Amino acid sequence: MSLIDLANPTRFLALATRVLPWLAAATAILLAVGLYLSALAPDDYQQGATVKIMFIHVPNAWLSMFVWGVMSIAALGTLVWRHPLADVAAKAAAPIGAAFTFLALVTGSLWGRPMWGTYWEWDARLTSVLILFLMYLGLMALWRAVDDPSRAARAAAVLTLVGAINIPIIKFSVEWWNTLHQGASVIRAGGPTMDRAFLIPLLVMAIAFSLLFVTLHLAAMRNEILRRRIRTLQMMQASRQGV
Amino acid sequence: MTALAAIIRRDIRIALRAGGGAMIGVLFFLSVVVVMPFALGPDLALLKRIGPAILWLGALLASLLTLDRLFTADQDDGSLDLIVMSRTPLELACAAKALAHWLAAGVPLIVATPIVGILLNLDADATFAVALTLLVGTPALTFTGMIGAALAVTLRRGGLLLAVVVLPLSIPVLIFGVAASNAAVLKPDAFGTPFSILCALSLVSFVIGPFAAAASLRQGLD
Repeated sequence: MSLIDLANPTRFLALATRVLPWLAAATAILLAVGLYLSALAPDDYQQGATVKIMFIHVPNAWLSMFVWGVMSIAALGTLVWRHPLADVAAKAAAPIGAAFTFLALVTGSLWGRPMWGTYWEWDARLTSVLILFLMYLGLMALWRAVDDPSRAARAAAVLTLVGAINIPIIKFSVEWWNTLHQGASVIRAGGPTMDRAFLIPLLVMAIAFSLLFVTLHLAAMRNEILRRRIRTLQMMQASRQGV
Repeated sequence: MTALAAIIRRDIRIALRAGGGAMIGVLFFLSVVVVMPFALGPDLALLKRIGPAILWLGALLASLLTLDRLFTADQDDGSLDLIVMSRTPLELACAAKALAHWLAAGVPLIVATPIVGILLNLDADATFAVALTLLVGTPALTFTGMIGAALAVTLRRGGLLLAVVVLPLSIPVLIFGVAASNAAVLKPDAFGTPFSILCALSLVSFVIGPFAAAASLRQGLD
């Protein structure tokens, strides 16, 4: 089955309904295993038990950028190939990406409180993730600004691609800005190369969270297609009543 | 070429005419800068230190305020549809419109900088540096802001949305503009590096801005 076959929403819905339970089950199992391994992982000699926040934090931070990548590909699909499901994919991904970014910020600041002594530090990484979060919110605001989905899709696609070009520039300038103001006074994450005891749970959690994204994304796409069908039916009914 | 020159001439003439709104931008810039000391206190040493940042912030807000008009006026009277349908490439037409907008709304800000610089206790060198960075950096604000303006006009109600969408994109310009200005005030820091990066940001925006704005206009106005 190729990407073209999925252009038919009915076929896509059938596939999604078939795949989703398996995906959800795999996600649940991997999350359980990952959490168990994370709980078993030893305390860090410096950070103590707080190192375990990392097992949640790092997959979220990784996905926060990955989701923008997925949306950029979907944006190309909307603008270049006019794939009918591309804008559904882009729209469904935005709130999920925003949620991952938000969780990365929250877990990061919860870790920062005992480690750095402050919830928020204008550190280069934190700042650029915060800006990424703002861009997700702006994109979602753009989606909500118009009621016609296809019109909103094309505007959002342009903004997504502009964002994809700009995010590296923003990241670079924020890093430059931060080093200008202060040196590396903040404890750098990572330190020595990571020990196996931490690496394996982290990898399992990363795969689990990626699967979680795929599951949520498919489910959100299915909901969006159904929502659009309901909207079309309502409009048809309204116009029939008008006649 | 003549078509582009005509667009530029027309836009500047409309902007400078009564009701055009180019001068309101300068007035807003002036008001923002004048209001700042009331929030911060009349501490001349403090104002001197953060003066470049205040001027850059004022310029950023003023350019956001005026960008709203970049396409909406043309859409109201229908000339935007003519521009989109004309034989002139839409990318070039967008670039011409942005250039005209910068000449009418951006250059007055730079001209006003020496006057507001005195209010913020900036010495001649610092004022010159801020004016120079604004001269190089405000085109980037206009050309990236144009993307937001093009998105907003296709959505019909986008004043606040424009600000939300454009502000994160203009963070790099703000960072390097203020960094270059501060480098001129605090002598030991190098002025050249942030200034060159600021120039680079402007050049990049010249390429990305018109294409993205034209794409969004073409997709959105159907």
